[in-house]
Amino acid sequence: MQFMLLFSRQGKLRLQKWYVPLSDKEKKKITRELVQTVLARKPKMCSFLEWRDLKIVYKRYASLYFCCAIEGQDNELITLEIIHRYVELLDKYFGSVCELDVIFNFEKAYFILDEFLLGGEAQETSKKNVLKAIEQADLLQESEDWGSLQSDEIL
Amino acid sequence: MSDVVEKTLTALPSLLSLDSQPGSAKLSSSSKLGALIRGITELTSKHEEEKLVQHELASLKDQVSSPNISMRQMKEAMVRAIYCEMLGYEASFSYIHAIKLAQQGSILDKRVGYLAVCLFLNENHELLLLLVNTVLKDLQSTNLIEVCMALTVVSQMFPKDMIPAILPLVEEKLNHSKEIIRRKAVLALYKFYLIAPNQVQHIHNKFRKALCDKDPGVMFASLHIYLQMIKDNPEGYKDLTASFVTILKQVVSGKLPMDFNYHSVPAPWLQIQLLRILSILGKNDQMSSEIMYDVLDESLKRAEINHNITYAILYECVKCIYTIYPNSDLLEKAAKCIGNFVISSKINLKYLGLKALTFVIQQDPKLALQHQMTIIECLDHPDIIIKRETLELLFRITNAQNVTVIVEKMLEFLHQSKDDHSTIDLVGKVAEIAEKYAPENKWFIETMNTVFSLGGDMIQPDIPNSFLKLLSEGFDSEEENQKLRLFAVDSYISLLEGEIKKLPQRFLQVISWVLGEYSHLRTDLDSARVITLLAKLLDMKQMSGETKTWVLMAMTKLCSGESSISIAQSVCDDYSSSMDTVLRQRAHELQLLSQDSALRGQLLTLHSGSEPLEVDSSLSFLDAFVSEALAAGAAPYKPPHQRQEELAQEKALSLEPYELSLPINMSSSSLTGRQSPTLMSVSSGLSGDSTELSLKGNTTILKLEGVKRVWGKEGYLSRKDPLEEVIQVENPSSPSQPTGTGGTPSDTPTPSATPEPEHGKQQLASSLFIGLGSQTSVFLMGKSDPTAQRIRRKVKTPNSSMAVTERGSVSSTSSAVDNLLCNNIPESANMVQEVTYETPPPYKTELDARLNEDLIDSTPSPVQSNGVETTSDKTESEITDKPRDECSSISLPAKLSGLPHSEVTSLCSNQTVELSACHVEKHDYVLLVIFISNSSDSDMENIHLQVISEQLEVSLLCESPLQDIAKHSMAVCQYLLNVRRPVVHFEVVGMLSYQTSSENQEVEFSYKLPLTSFVRPLEVSTEQYGTMWLAFSNDTKQNLALVTDGQDPLTDTLDLLKKKLGLHVVEIIGVEGIVACRLVQDQPCLLHCRVHGRTLAVWLRSPIPELPDCLLYHCQRVLEET
Repeated sequence: MQFMLLFSRQGKLRLQKWYVPLSDKEKKKITRELVQTVLARKPKMCSFLEWRDLKIVYKRYASLYFCCAIEGQDNELITLEIIHRYVELLDKYFGSVCELDVIFNFEKAYFILDEFLLGGEAQETSKKNVLKAIEQADLLQESEDWGSLQSDEIL
Repeated sequence: MSDVVEKTLTALPSLLSLDSQPGSAKLSSSSKLGALIRGITELTSKHEEEKLVQHELASLKDQVSSPNISMRQMKEAMVRAIYCEMLGYEASFSYIHAIKLAQQGSILDKRVGYLAVCLFLNENHELLLLLVNTVLKDLQSTNLIEVCMALTVVSQMFPKDMIPAILPLVEEKLNHSKEIIRRKAVLALYKFYLIAPNQVQHIHNKFRKALCDKDPGVMFASLHIYLQMIKDNPEGYKDLTASFVTILKQVVSGKLPMDFNYHSVPAPWLQIQLLRILSILGKNDQMSSEIMYDVLDESLKRAEINHNITYAILYECVKCIYTIYPNSDLLEKAAKCIGNFVISSKINLKYLGLKALTFVIQQDPKLALQHQMTIIECLDHPDIIIKRETLELLFRITNAQNVTVIVEKMLEFLHQSKDDHSTIDLVGKVAEIAEKYAPENKWFIETMNTVFSLGGDMIQPDIPNSFLKLLSEGFDSEEENQKLRLFAVDSYISLLEGEIKKLPQRFLQVISWVLGEYSHLRTDLDSARVITLLAKLLDMKQMSGETKTWVLMAMTKLCSGESSISIAQSVCDDYSSSMDTVLRQRAHELQLLSQDSALRGQLLTLHSGSEPLEVDSSLSFLDAFVSEALAAGAAPYKPPHQRQEELAQEKALSLEPYELSLPINMSSSSLTGRQSPTLMSVSSGLSGDSTELSLKGNTTILKLEGVKRVWGKEGYLSRKDPLEEVIQVENPSSPSQPTGTGGTPSDTPTPSATPEPEHGKQQLASSLFIGLGSQTSVFLMGKSDPTAQRIRRKVKTPNSSMAVTERGSVSSTSSAVDNLLCNNIPESANMVQEVTYETPPPYKTELDARLNEDLIDSTPSPVQSNGVETTSDKTESEITDKPRDECSSISLPAKLSGLPHSEVTSLCSNQTVELSACHVEKHDYVLLVIFISNSSDSDMENIHLQVISEQLEVSLLCESPLQDIAKHSMAVCQYLLNVRRPVVHFEVVGMLSYQTSSENQEVEFSYKLPLTSFVRPLEVSTEQYGTMWLAFSNDTKQNLALVTDGQDPLTDTLDLLKKKLGLHVVEIIGVEGIVACRLVQDQPCLLHCRVHGRTLAVWLRSPIPELPDCLLYHCQRVLEET
């Protein structure tokens, strides 16, 4: 996978993850063009797009569009399911996820994505394992006040 | 499932009161981020947003640079900075602080720090170097979460040069007790493999362990690496085929834990990854493919549930079945599967069905016939994506009979399309099929006119070039050529008389050239009229300088007669003082030649012969000028890489002390003439000779590059051209492909010359799918088209590719004209697809001659003069029972057996025929010897053997083709191999078709050769080495292991390389050594080695971009094996 974008129906970017090195200018240009193209598509149309030399796979969930760029020989359908699995993970983590959760807790959404996809490839496909990894890291967060106190004392 | 999240958020203003919702409850209402987000959503204009964000960024900047900021505040600030960047505002001041946060923060802060680093920087960013120590520390941490975070960041981005620093730590994690750590370590190594494959070569065994890991997650992660490695080198992993099949079997039958199920389908991601791997392993390999048939069948059967994920697996299965060695049962099932996709009402499936159909249609055109009505419906589908994919499909089934309809459909689409990328792509395809299958001149020219008009100036430059080339070189019949040219002239004149404003620049250039060259063919056309039309072009505002140059050149060719000359004169007045130097030169030429008709007649004869231009590629005529300039104190020429090196020297931070060694010393001393006491002998030899030598070095550079890249011995890229032309003229009724029975006779006008879509879909279908399906054998569509092609290029002499150049030139001294055209001639080498058996390349090189001498003159040798040999019988049982052992009993022709050669390996076999091969290394070439043994009780007839390779030039070593092989006997074919593009392993693929008992049969095979078979020692002196080193611009550096068991590690190591790879050790001085080698066809590569503690720092340079990396790979292999 080359990159993943989440944006709202109004075209506002909610999350961006790039797995290929690109300059900021290119990223902005790609984002702008893609958001425009995807938003212009009608609901009953195909979820796949040929765009430049890439394949775009997108799906709309409520007010959010999830959009992935893959290479020509990749499997479009499985990418569609990767999006769906990510939505399931978000849903489980936030408990009935909505766009607001992603807006206000975007860093969490990134953490979940990083446990699921790493360097553009599916890392762990078991839902249970992904959530376990996130919970473990989050548990530390709760005892984090402790941790920082201790380290302050040592210093 | 999407219902769960189907909660729309409509009223944005109500955001403020949404705190009680589950998601936002986690956010403290006083948080600054919350405030920022709310602030932004309340705004109404982009301008206000910008103001607010800029203000926010300013306060962030103050905050993060304050010395008192706590890490916790820093974390909070980073999150806001990420948010601002996502909105599209730059927050680069925070990048360094993100790294600091990752370094110094407590675990949770660190997590945000690492996240920010990943989001802010890309893997080429220089700040990333500062992260290396942090990663190193965290990898050694006892805290699992820290290790996880470090591995996560490493798997996403890491500076390539720093991989050795952390590699041992990551490697160690492969044995960690926690599966999550092992999994992430595997993915980190995958990343390393992608960016620097050489670095992880030594861990390949550990990857096997990961593949056998008891945790399915780790095993799954290892498949990413395997897919990549197998893509790069399928031969190396054939032994794993059975293991992959076993894993897939277990997955399919639900042996994995339930956690890995997705919508009750067992581990679909794993299945798909395995199917991809299997399809690569089974490609062209019957034995491996046979192992897979069962599990593929099982996968097809199990995929029953009506869900996307099942279709994803089915789609991958179908692709695999059509990629591997065919099995009729599976093919039938796969075809049925594709059918279900295509007729599905779900649009995504329909799309994939079309895509799959496009993929398989080349092997089985009948499938298109089955679905023709669906395809026709898809052509008018409201979704443009479906339409586009359908055209792609039609493109694959184009033949001489349906070309007009298909082109019409494509042009229709082009008229509607607004997307540049697909326009360029489609225009290229139209041009390709139009040129290949054009039924008549008028149609061809008109289609190309539309192509040029629609493609505009984004059109790929090779389209106008090959069009002009086609016009100038023509076809077999001169009469046809003239007709086509005349038609083009007529068409362009009428275009220029119409609306010229909308014509794109490239099209105008084509028009100018054609009118300049061929308008004289139309005898009733006054040249003054053409010149007037051309002059009108010059007055247009939007004309580019380049196009004007083309127009002026055309005028130069045309201007004769009083009225023409007067127009030309006024044009000259306008442009002879132009700021554009090329344009000015053209104007002057026009002026001069229009006045001096005698000179003009001499230079521009109408039917100029095709003697090639003589080009002195070494530019030796400039020598006097250069030495004069040098004598007058001018600085000698430095090649670009040398200039860069000197620049690099000035940089303060140098990571590798090695970088400043030999060559820089050499260059600086040779330029200044100063003696440096620290130099080794190579450089001191150079420095003594000072500028004179460096000048000599420079002429070598010019010669080398000129000869290599543009001009061959016989002219412009001649070595590759004949091969290409062989394809163009391939006889449509070659022995293996009997003339199609269903096709209409060649010159009958196609029934669909003017098809009207409104006549009904049925009629459209019949015109689209004509010529499909009636052929019996499986073939590539384009190749065996039964109808003769109207537009076909004639066999070229090696020099004919220069035709455009010659004719385009106005005067022999004005090399700029040549350059202009020359630069635009496409690299025809890219188009080389195959070498056919019947027509050996029409060129002869010195090498060829020598070869034939070698092989033919050996009268007692079993090799006959045509390179085909027939030997003793073999009983059938012997062959079929032990195909592997049988190979060893095949022996090389006596003449070759004394030379270094590889073992004879079996390529493939079936009931009738057994193929095996080996390669022989000769001084100037590599010989591929293919043994075909007929083990059946009947004779093989009409044998047709094709051998091709992407990276190698393959030519057959005999004049008369192999025809028949009697029962139980054997034939030998020899092919000459030369390197076209170096790779680590070369692959040669081939197809043998033959008839037994009048039944057509085919077998495919592939053969691998390492680069080392082509490496020869290059015997040069130290001085020569020095000059060559400076001339080569492609380099690679790497540290290798030293052979440390002997007395002198450097000498031992270099001797080992010499022995194993056939390198030439030029000289060893102290801790440095220089080594040289070449590929068979004089493609040199130089190595400079220096001992650094326990490692050997090697620096490779070559004029061939790919060579250093490939050679390095083999050096590394050799040293690791010991």
